[in-house]
Amino acid sequence: MNNTLKFRVNGDDVEVAVPPMARLLDVLRETLGLTGTKEGCGEGECGACSVLVDGVLVNSCLVPVAQVQGGEVLTIEGVALHGAGAGAGAAATPPALHPIQSAFLQCGGAQCGICTPGMVMATVAFLQDSQKGTVTEESIREALSGNLCRCTGYVKIVDAVLAASQGAKP
Amino acid sequence: MRGHTAELEFLSPTTLDDALEHFARGAACSKPARAFAGGTDLMVQLGARPVDVSQGPFVNLSCLAELKTIDVREDAVVLGALTTYAQACAHPVVAAEFPALCLAARATGAPAIQNRGTFAGNIANSSPAADSPPVLMALDASYELTSARGRRFVHADAFHLGYKKTELAPDELLTRIFIPRRNSLETEWRMGYRKVGTRRAQAISKVAFAGALRTRGGMIIDVRLCYASIAPVPLRVRAVENFLRGKPTSASGTGATETDAQAAVALLRSLLCPIDDVRSTADYRKEIACRLLADFLLSESEERSPT
Amino acid sequence: MQVTQKARVAREGTEVGRDATRKEGAAKLRGEARYVDDVRLPNMIFGVTVRSQVPRGRLCGLTFPQDAGIPWEEFVVVTAADIPGRNAVPLLVDDQPFLAFNIVAHREEPLCLLAHANRALLERARDAVIAHIEPLPAVLTLDEALSGNEIISGSNNDLKSILMEKGDVEGAFSKAGSDPSLTLVEGSYETEAQEQLYIETNGMIASADASTGDVTVQGSMQCPYYIHGALMAAFGFQPGAEDSRARVIQCETGGGFGGKEEYPSLLAVHAALLARKAGRPVKMIYDRGEDMAATTKRHPSRTKHRTLVDGDGKLVAMDVEFWLDGGAYATLSAVVLSRGSLHASGPYECPNVRIRSRALATSHPPHGAFRGFGAPQSLFAIERHMDVVAKACALTPQELRQRNVLRRGSTTASGQKIKEDVALDVLMRMAHEDIRFDERAREYAAHNASPAGLRTRKGLGAATFFHGAGFTGSGEKNLASVAAVDIAPCGSLRILVASTEMGQGAHTILAQMAADAADTEVDAAFVATPDTAHVPDSGPTVASRTTMIVGGLVEKAARALRAELDAGGFLSAGTHADADSFRKAALAAAAQRNVAPEALRQECQYVPPSGLIWDDKTYRGDAYPTFAWACYAAAVSVDLLTYEVTVEAFSAVQDIGKVINPLFAAGQVEGGVVQAIGYALSEKVAWKNGVMSNARLTNYIIPTALDVPRISVRFFEHPKGTPEAQTPKGIGELPMDGVAPALAGALEDALGVSFTRIPILPEDIFQALQAKGNTP
Repeated sequence: MNNTLKFRVNGDDVEVAVPPMARLLDVLRETLGLTGTKEGCGEGECGACSVLVDGVLVNSCLVPVAQVQGGEVLTIEGVALHGAGAGAGAAATPPALHPIQSAFLQCGGAQCGICTPGMVMATVAFLQDSQKGTVTEESIREALSGNLCRCTGYVKIVDAVLAASQGAKP
Repeated sequence: MRGHTAELEFLSPTTLDDALEHFARGAACSKPARAFAGGTDLMVQLGARPVDVSQGPFVNLSCLAELKTIDVREDAVVLGALTTYAQACAHPVVAAEFPALCLAARATGAPAIQNRGTFAGNIANSSPAADSPPVLMALDASYELTSARGRRFVHADAFHLGYKKTELAPDELLTRIFIPRRNSLETEWRMGYRKVGTRRAQAISKVAFAGALRTRGGMIIDVRLCYASIAPVPLRVRAVENFLRGKPTSASGTGATETDAQAAVALLRSLLCPIDDVRSTADYRKEIACRLLADFLLSESEERSPT
Repeated sequence: MQVTQKARVAREGTEVGRDATRKEGAAKLRGEARYVDDVRLPNMIFGVTVRSQVPRGRLCGLTFPQDAGIPWEEFVVVTAADIPGRNAVPLLVDDQPFLAFNIVAHREEPLCLLAHANRALLERARDAVIAHIEPLPAVLTLDEALSGNEIISGSNNDLKSILMEKGDVEGAFSKAGSDPSLTLVEGSYETEAQEQLYIETNGMIASADASTGDVTVQGSMQCPYYIHGALMAAFGFQPGAEDSRARVIQCETGGGFGGKEEYPSLLAVHAALLARKAGRPVKMIYDRGEDMAATTKRHPSRTKHRTLVDGDGKLVAMDVEFWLDGGAYATLSAVVLSRGSLHASGPYECPNVRIRSRALATSHPPHGAFRGFGAPQSLFAIERHMDVVAKACALTPQELRQRNVLRRGSTTASGQKIKEDVALDVLMRMAHEDIRFDERAREYAAHNASPAGLRTRKGLGAATFFHGAGFTGSGEKNLASVAAVDIAPCGSLRILVASTEMGQGAHTILAQMAADAADTEVDAAFVATPDTAHVPDSGPTVASRTTMIVGGLVEKAARALRAELDAGGFLSAGTHADADSFRKAALAAAAQRNVAPEALRQECQYVPPSGLIWDDKTYRGDAYPTFAWACYAAAVSVDLLTYEVTVEAFSAVQDIGKVINPLFAAGQVEGGVVQAIGYALSEKVAWKNGVMSNARLTNYIIPTALDVPRISVRFFEHPKGTPEAQTPKGIGELPMDGVAPALAGALEDALGVSFTRIPILPEDIFQALQAKGNTP
């Protein structure tokens, strides 16, 4: 029942032979080995599996992989690659953190870390669509309202997104 | 105990005709094909239990360009079946003319859900708690149902027949949603919408209300009152509407008089029999449904925001 | 003398007190941190648990039906008969089997285990297994357990009972009728279960050595040595001689909150049983529904207070009954009951106190450890009750508390003399200032009286509380935990502890403490992966003891290691070494001695401080080495149309002694407060026939970012040089304690109706107001 599907993940072309209704989440984690995207509930409530498909934030646990055929997927593993200071191409050292990731690190926005990749992806989606200077605490809370965190109480995450929004636009 | 959707058959036709062919074939062999749009409801349902592989295939609609448009016509805005909540909210005409629809859309899930979830899917899935049907009913929308046999139109309030039962025949697909635009004669329409959910985002409604009220010359000339989560189907309470039609307006001209509002609420109270479930209680639902009606009838403001 | 959360109290040349960057933070942010579900071993298959589906009964057998279309011969099946050692989870009382063999005691009881490579097939097989269970009457509520109509544990359903007595309670109450200056105030308070809801569900991967039968388990956990003990018992390995036959390794852990304290022992043994029988590694990951329904939750509770207060608003006598629903097995209920009892009279001094406590068996899946461990339950009761007492005495809640709070020299209900400086009155003032209590009170009164008050009502509440730091009583003494440090191949100071990082920052904080003790930079210190093959048993990662107790051991060991480097002339004593110099010196010391760097190892074992006396039999003495103190204040607004509640502001002010990492400490408080807002206002476990019927994130409502305000956090700082300023007291549990009573008080203030039970949902507010005539 496998289909051959082609799409792009973090800028690379991929071709996978998987059942068309396999969850994008499972294809990323198991077929492609990109385990940075997490599963927290499997029903689109927690946002731990958030990725961008064609620039739009989605819950990858609710997306049948056939629906990304020909599309462009961005996962947490691709965020640093697209950040400031990326592109040096030195394979030995990982690319510098994306400004959003740096802001989370500095502001204490990551605790246990299991919601963190999803939070970062939701932030990437939010800030790419936001005009600089228009970001407010309320708009951040709304943008992240589909990403549950049980550790932080959200304060330091909001701080991180605010800080990132004030930095250079990615 | 989870379901593994990977086991299911998933067809991805590239034209509407091909898709309809799948539905026709499924209906003929009594293994109906099931439409798959954004997947935000279906994937949750399918993931909750071991999947039944003996059922008919899913038909992926995401490659059907003809269902992705939002057409603005003189008399109506026509949403293609694949219109997502986010797309509708971002559309200038929808946002300007149907703010209640946008409120309902923004109250559905959270951004990632709004990016994938479609109105058509929300309607066809026919959950009594679905966010969009009450608003579409209050907006007097109609749905286009298409099959290889042809197409027909059903009013939003006639679409839901019973718990998870709809007008859709096994070979039919909900293809478009027609929302009438208010013409110049109908500027007196006032809309209200409020969702009372389990929290401020990622919430399923405990009770939701959508109302439309039209006044002219100091009289209520038309009214539509619709609810989610208080009956097995998205509910329009015609008896209350009939009571209110023809009644004088309040002094401000925006709603009903105090006396008529109270009588309307009493009538509504006698009609409703919601249930207790994990999200709320029957008593609370009934009381809040009544209060939302009173609030709407006595309100002097326009659209109400969801919480 | 206070720092706000933003303040950085960097002291020149030291790491403690600074916002050190999270050690594993970058890996988490890149998605590179490896959680158990991210690990794939060669040849690995998957395992699932078949559960009882009935709340109580007698297991008569299992059928694997041939007509179900399941190729059973391909499956690895493990039942109780496959357990080579003891079929009992080793804990306080060994009453819980790893797999049921006779009595099924709750709806989620594990009956057998299945493993297969195909996960979809595995789910179908789990569904197909038929369990033959003769039903027995179940005990589904605390009241049913109390009634004793059906006895499921001991002679009266008690899993544990405690009696604490101070002074003469009966004597004091006998004067109540005759002395008109005395007021008697009674109240009853209830709390529901709460799900920890770590975002990473429980999971384990086990593998077994085909020739030796030795087992290795890696997964999500708080307490590697609990699991080690469970594996030793289940496989019949000899403690001591065969310790190395079971090995436990912690993966990155996506939150615990107590939910990964004792429960993972069961799951780890399950995975190991399957792996040994399969001869292949087996991964078991609970899906969300299974994790919510089957694993431990916070104990539901009921507390009855009878309080005598004199004309000056001073407490004269307190008679407290405190009951917990322990669920089907004892797990940690005895210790939860203990902590709950020791906090039941609150941070108040009273000459006559009696606390009678019982943890009762029911047919619910066992309740267990959860942040706060009994204290949030009993503190909710006493703090709500103090508001009631205040009203009865015509005092403000603040005045009543001011008159009764513990101070230096006071004695607690257990007879413990408070020897530290207690600044509860200052904390109360700080919290009131921080939330602008008086100003808001005026604003809210005006609002509530205005036309806007017909749409929303606003109110304020506060709670004053304490939390005993570390283990109760002789816990630490009995544990005698060990921590070690050595030198890693790179020259850095490597900390060897079984204390786990689960988001709370333990591994960064321990590195900060070790770095200071070794007088170097935090970059030159790190915590090794907790792996029972390499780290000593520093005890479980619970009760905020990691920083307090384990941190102290690590400091001592690091100091000793540094002294060795100084003595050898590799560093000079009293001189701060930057990270590079430290590493060079450590490697040079190893080279000179011709040993591997890890041979430069220092160990330190816990020695109880002198002067702490505790008697477990009478529940008298020094219950805790020290206490954290706090005052939390809440401002709420209630929509009168729908009774939806908005928390408009929340201030959390606390004295936690020395703050090791201000950023992390504030993060702990913010997270704890939000978890407790859920506990108070939305998180309701809907029991149905002995099981959680809303075991989904859609229906069990934890707060999103939109549901909570920005939490304001402030730490009280004792004057420099005082012992209080130098002692860390733990921070993890405290924020769970005071939120619910503060919110309930604020709701009462807003609506004029008293709430004695949490969670308080809009439906409950509706009901309470209806009972009162529907007008606030």
